[in-house]
Formats: sequence, structure tokens, C-alpha cells
Amino acid sequence: MPFTIESIREHFPVLHQEVHGKPLIYLDNAATTQKPKQVLEALNSYYANDNANIHRGAHALADRATRKYENTRTMVGDFINAKEEAEIIFTKGTTESINLVASTFGRKFIQKGDEVIISTMEHHSNIVPWQMLCEANGAVLRVIPISESGEIIFDEFEKLLSPRTKLVSIVHASNSLGTINPVKAIINRAHAVGAKVLLDGAQSTSHLEIDVQDLDCDFLAFSAHKLYGPTGLGVLYGKREILEQMPPYQGGGEMIKEVTFAKTTYNEIPFKFEAGTPNIADVIAFGEALNFISGLTKPLIKAHEDSLLAYAVELTSKIKGFIPIGTAKEKVSVLSFNINGMHPFDVGVMLDAKGIAVRTGHHCTQPLMQRFGIEGTVRASFAVYNTKSEVEKFAESVERIAKIKNK
Amino acid sequence: MSTIQEVQDEIISEFEILGDDKESTIYYIMELGDGLPEFPEAERVDENIIKGCQSKVWLTAHEVDGRVIFEADSNTDITKGLISLLVRVLSGRKPMEISNADLYFIDKIGMGNIIGSQRSNGLASMIKQMKFYALAFQAKQNA
Ligand SMILES: Cc1ncc(COP(=O)(O)O)c(C=O)c1O
Repeated sequence: MPFTIESIREHFPVLHQEVHGKPLIYLDNAATTQKPKQVLEALNSYYANDNANIHRGAHALADRATRKYENTRTMVGDFINAKEEAEIIFTKGTTESINLVASTFGRKFIQKGDEVIISTMEHHSNIVPWQMLCEANGAVLRVIPISESGEIIFDEFEKLLSPRTKLVSIVHASNSLGTINPVKAIINRAHAVGAKVLLDGAQSTSHLEIDVQDLDCDFLAFSAHKLYGPTGLGVLYGKREILEQMPPYQGGGEMIKEVTFAKTTYNEIPFKFEAGTPNIADVIAFGEALNFISGLTKPLIKAHEDSLLAYAVELTSKIKGFIPIGTAKEKVSVLSFNINGMHPFDVGVMLDAKGIAVRTGHHCTQPLMQRFGIEGTVRASFAVYNTKSEVEKFAESVERIAKIKNK
Repeated sequence: MSTIQEVQDEIISEFEILGDDKESTIYYIMELGDGLPEFPEAERVDENIIKGCQSKVWLTAHEVDGRVIFEADSNTDITKGLISLLVRVLSGRKPMEISNADLYFIDKIGMGNIIGSQRSNGLASMIKQMKFYALAFQAKQNA
């Protein structure tokens, strides 16, 4: 596939429309990315040609569906360089992946008085499951503070580590700030005290090359829908030796080896954690999203997104009353900001009137907003199909809006 | 004083002038908010916040000579503009007029389209609260 943005945009039907009479400029990619035609066609083709329940059937369709489903598992394994595909568990999304770890690994390995470390910039889905666990078993939640630029304070993290630390669960790239955390160093230091590390990769997997073996993370959670794939589907990667020691998550079909009323034995990983008929169609279509990404290659995607972010930062930095939130050195393509004297919601609605889709509010990171003493931000986030001219229109519109209160 | 219906029709024709252009509609709504009387600082307390609004809305109601006077404010300009319309239609009227009011102007000016469905819910809670105050004053007057 040649890397011209116009040819990439051709793959995304949804981008070619007007909203409020203006061409759509979609800058809400951190919430969810749009889906290329290949993904849409795979969804359709699965239901049109292959629909069957997987794993148990003796017939041709079941076999075809099973092979395609398992093929995506292999592709996901390659995508993050897992040692083996059995370490890839399909879930509903990042949220369920984290909850799975909290309720299985957490219940078994985290006891009263043990500690779980998270950071100030976590998404609610990487806060609440740990609060629930701590409430249930008397473990303690510790929070790494962050600097004004939105970077974790590494010294403070090191101070929190102790033999009581059982798990460090941290976002790889922040959805509200864009900050890329120094996860390799974090994993190193956590392992030194015997703690395991879960990475919330919801925002990082679409931008950064991920090698779970090189990172040596114990778990990685991410969502297909932020990776040009379908909604309601996610992945939990876990190291085999840990997954094998974890009790099952939900009980039901697929996850068992043998059921008698006296005793049930559980299936091997990954099936032990995939109770019930899974999201077959979306898993298969997700394979096409991964093909799309690997066709472009992550370094090219990242280079393009970085240049859009840099351009947006350059243009908006000249705007009177523009207040960037999150100015870390290492960032994914997220630009969070406020306009002096204006509520983020007002800014969002005015941008929408220009056909520009952004997100406003706390972005499911209320404690982070409290840290900055703000109610929320306006967030523009760029994906591979966004263009320089879209960035220009965005910046022009923000400038016009900012002028209302910043003459 | 014009009737509730007359004020609503006035608003509808003002919005008709703006036409379909979402941008000018929004700028207009934001300007309307500026016309709302200064909200008393002493009333800016949690008890006066309306639940169901994503942005914050404060609302108070007082009875003066058998009529209900509403005062309201919001931390977002667009919401403030929208509530100024509600105040314009409903404030200064008899409790029964308010509780019986059919607020058709909201649909007619395409409010849902302007602010999105989530905000529309917030607006609905605002109206519910205004009618609730009116009913309370009505009950008191009848007692
Ligand atoms: C950093 C981060 N973590 C977790 C999530 C939750 O993902 P999902 O809603 O797909 O489960 C998101 C999505 O908004 C996110 O950005």
C-alpha cells in the first residue's frame, strides 16, 4: 500500500461525509478510530459465508470460522511479539482485560496488606477494579504522582516500591495527556521487588511498536476499537506461567476440560479465560485491522501522527488564551487543552458546528483532572488518516473560538 | 405580560432567522446567556445544583406576589444561553401556568440537534425542576 494519506482515506468510508453542512474532520481518535473497508467487508463476509460456532463443530463452516478466529489470535501474538498465541486472550476490551486480572490474579496473589501501584493519570478502568479489589481483600492502592508537564515522577515511584508491592498497573500512553510513560524502566524496577506489571495499552498499541518480550511486561491490555478494529473486543496478553496459575474468570462453556457435578476441570490457556461463545465476527474482522496496520507499518504511522501533532502544537501555541494540558517530552498524538475563560464543552460544541469532532470533559480520568485543578479539557487526537489541512482548519477554528474570550 | 405561548413563538421566530447554520445558532445562544441577571453568589451552593446536567446548573425559585421568579446560572456559556430561554418563558408567572406549560419551543428550535442528546437530558431535568418548584408553590397557595 503506498503511503499517501489520500489513498489511506479512501479505505475509510465514514470520513467522506458532511456534518452540519461541513466536511467531517474526525479528531476523536483516542476515543475510537474509524474502521477501514477491509474490516467492514470481513464482518460482512463472515456472516455471509462462514457463520458457525467455533471450536466444537464437526462441519466445514465451523472449521473455517475456527481457523479464521484462531488466525487472528496468531496475528495478535505477532503484533505484540508474544512468545506464543496461547498467551493471547480475547475479551470485551481493555476494561474487561483489567477486570479479568483484578478478579483472578488479584484474588489469588494480592492479600491483605499487599500493595498495588497505579499512577495519577490512569483511566477509570485502571483505577476502579483495583479499588474494588482493595476494598474486598484489604490490600492498599498507592498512586504515583505526576509533574506539571504530565510525566510520572520516577523517584516517587521508586519510593513507593517495596516487598509489599504485588502489582504495578500503569498506562503505557495516557489518553488524556498523550504522555508515553517510561514503561521499560518501570517494569525493571517493579520486577526487582518481585512485583508483576500490567500495562494499559489502550492508547499505545495504535501508535507504538510493542514487543512484550522485550518490555518483559507480565500483562498487556488493549482494545480493538482503538486500533481500527471493531468495538466491544479487546485483548489480554499474559505470560504463560502467570496465566496458568490464575484461577478462571467466568465459568461456562469453552473454558472447561470436563464437567461432572462432583468436579470440573478447566481447559488450557487461553480457553480457560474465554467462557461462552466469543465475539467471533469481530475477532475475525480485527485480523483485517491488524493487516491494515502492518501494511502501513507502525514507524510510518507514528511518523505521520507525530508530524500532525507537532504541527498542531506549533499552530495552537500562537493562539491567545490557549492552555495546553500535558506537555511531556514523549507523547502520542493527543493534544489536550483549555481556552482561557471558556468551558471545554462550549469549545467542543463550537468545533462540532465546524464539522470538527473532538472530545471534551474528564476523559474518564477524573483524578488526573483534579491533579490539574480543572474540570476537563478539550482533546484532539490524530490518527493515520488525518491531514495537515485538517490540522490547519482545526487550529483556525480554535483561534476563532478563543478570540471570543481572549481579545 | 405576554403569554407563555407568545414568548415561545417569539423565540421560535428568532431562531428561524438564524436558519440551519449551527454555528451562528450557537453564537446566538451564547450571547443570550449574557442577558441572564447576575446569579446571587450566596445561592451558588450544592443544594441548588441540578442533577442530570453534565455541566453545572444552579437554579433557585422565589415566590413574589403569587408569581415564581427563577434565577439560574451555568458554568458553560451554551447551557447558560439555553436556560436563559427557559427563564424568559417561565419566570414571573403563576405557579399553575408553569406546571401546566407545554414547552414546544424546545423541539421547534431544534435544541436536541444543537446540544446533543446528553445535554438535552440535562435540559429536561432543568425543566422538571422548574415545574417541581411551581407545583410546590401551588400546593402552598392552595393550603
Ligand atoms: C488509557 C485507556 N485505558 C482504558 C480504556 C478503556 O477501553 P475500553 O473502553 O475499550 O475498555 C481507554 C479507552 O477510553 C483508555 O484510553
